Amino acid sequence: MSTTTTRGVARPAPAKGSPARSRRGLRGNPTVNFWLFTGPFLIGLAIFVIVPIGWSIWLSFFDARYTVTPSHFIGFDNYKQILTNSGFPDSLLTFTVFAAFIVPTTWALSLGLALLVNELRFMRAFFRSVFFLPTAVSYVAAALIWKMSIFSGVRFGLANTVIGWFGADTIAWMSNPTPPWYWLVIVTLRLWIQSGFYMILFLAALQNIPAELYEAAAIDGAKRGWQTFRHITLPQLRATSTAVILLLLIAAYQAFDEFFNIVGQKATWAQTPLMELYKTALGTSQDYGAGSAGAVILSLLICLVTLVQGKFMGFGRGEDSK
Amino acid sequence: MTTTAPQLDKNRRKRRGGVLGNTGLYVAVGIAALLFLLPFYLIVRNALSTDQEITGENWKLLPSFQWGNVSELFDDQTVQFGRSLWNSTVVAVLMTVGTLLVCSLAGYGLARIPYKHSNKVFYAVLATLMVPTAVTFVPSFVLVSSLGWVDTYRGLIIPGLFSGFTCFLFRQYFLGFPKELEEAARVDGLGYWGAYWRIVVPNSLNFFAAIATITFISGWNAFLWPLVIGQDPDSWTVQIALSSFMTNQTVNFHLIFMATAVSILPLVFVFLFLQRWLVQGIAQTGIKG
Repeated sequence: MSTTTTRGVARPAPAKGSPARSRRGLRGNPTVNFWLFTGPFLIGLAIFVIVPIGWSIWLSFFDARYTVTPSHFIGFDNYKQILTNSGFPDSLLTFTVFAAFIVPTTWALSLGLALLVNELRFMRAFFRSVFFLPTAVSYVAAALIWKMSIFSGVRFGLANTVIGWFGADTIAWMSNPTPPWYWLVIVTLRLWIQSGFYMILFLAALQNIPAELYEAAAIDGAKRGWQTFRHITLPQLRATSTAVILLLLIAAYQAFDEFFNIVGQKATWAQTPLMELYKTALGTSQDYGAGSAGAVILSLLICLVTLVQGKFMGFGRGEDSK
Repeated sequence: MTTTAPQLDKNRRKRRGGVLGNTGLYVAVGIAALLFLLPFYLIVRNALSTDQEITGENWKLLPSFQWGNVSELFDDQTVQFGRSLWNSTVVAVLMTVGTLLVCSLAGYGLARIPYKHSNKVFYAVLATLMVPTAVTFVPSFVLVSSLGWVDTYRGLIIPGLFSGFTCFLFRQYFLGFPKELEEAARVDGLGYWGAYWRIVVPNSLNFFAAIATITFISGWNAFLWPLVIGQDPDSWTVQIALSSFMTNQTVNFHLIFMATAVSILPLVFVFLFLQRWLVQGIAQTGIKG
């Protein structure tokens, strides 16, 4: 490190002229440098994030079928159309069902794994890696394994082979909406991919709980196990739990990849909001107006969920373990 | 889960439960680990099998190790898997480099350069986080197609570089970077720019590695955006190619699984090598925000 510094003394001075100006000249001017550092990012953010958001809001009030520069203002008709005349409301219901499954299960599994791994003496890093590894796998690749190998509807599928050992009949896991076995497929897939990541978050938070709390509890006669977990660990993990649940909800809202590849966009069940937007805007109808209206509704819903949850669970109040 | 009480002090040797509790713990973790590894096993097993073995009535634990499946996959002209692999590599690498560059500079500027409206700019960046990026794919597509970037690397990469969240993570990290190091550099006559490249970046490589890993993985695994942008099969990334295999009746089982294995392999390596920093980085910043 010190070598870097000394090299630094020698080099920049001749390159940029008078060294005496370094404090006051352009190189040391905070305002100039602030924009120099943040400028490229802010310009990109404006063009590729803010402009599309604005454009989308604008499009949602126009008759924008097959065009992105419409001229016919139609007020809230796009909103009416997407809310009454499409699969979009159903997809919001799908999301609610999906979130009801995936959020609590991921929360419980990632916390459970963190508690287990945290107890390990030997091979702790190994097991942590094993649970973390699926994070690297794409939803598409996982969908492929789940659909064509584990939950393949035919006889040779792994799940059907296993239930076959117990004498059960072959189940068409995904091609039949009643009974809704496809939820088992979708939920286990997402659990497998995302639990490891949240386990890491919980592990970090667990290590930050002061040991004195447990010592004090032991003196007070609390039994290790359920009692300390219920009255120390869980409350101490509150901030992390809140953040995790929020992230899980937002992610569930945006589910697309595995639904698209496992259920498919032609099915009449389990269509997510993003799939409906995809079909509306980029499918055969190319209705950018209605698609944008749906995007606006979905964004508002996500903001609302974030704010409501923040209100109830004290998100960002800063009593965090870290 | 009878042994859930957290063990906080890593060095504390005393344990409850004794040998029995320990065995139970390792049995539980072991079973969970086997379940988590099962999909990886299935990919490898199927990738190295013949179609008859994959669809056979009797479950075979070990494949017949058909290494020829690898060359068959890359020789197959209708599948063009090599092409999509190359596309994914270009996209993920350039996205990682671009995101690190743009977002780290902005994060540093917001954290460390005293400017009176700095907070306002920061809140503006935070506000964009309220709208999830995936939801804006319709207008983003509209924008990118009007720029004529459909089916191009530019279209695949550039719109994804300006992540408010990554910028936010960098800002949080730089807020905790020791000020003394920069001050020494400034005394030595370096401006902000020089101090950043000569002092700050070289001392933050761990954190850069963590963000790089996350960005690379999400670039490689992205599906929705490449699906929207990649209309011509020549511009397909690996994920789009895999997805098309699933609905395409003409591609054989063993090739599909071999393609999946090949698509996951680079990531598993990147991940295993860099996960130490990743874990550290996650623990360091937390993810609250």
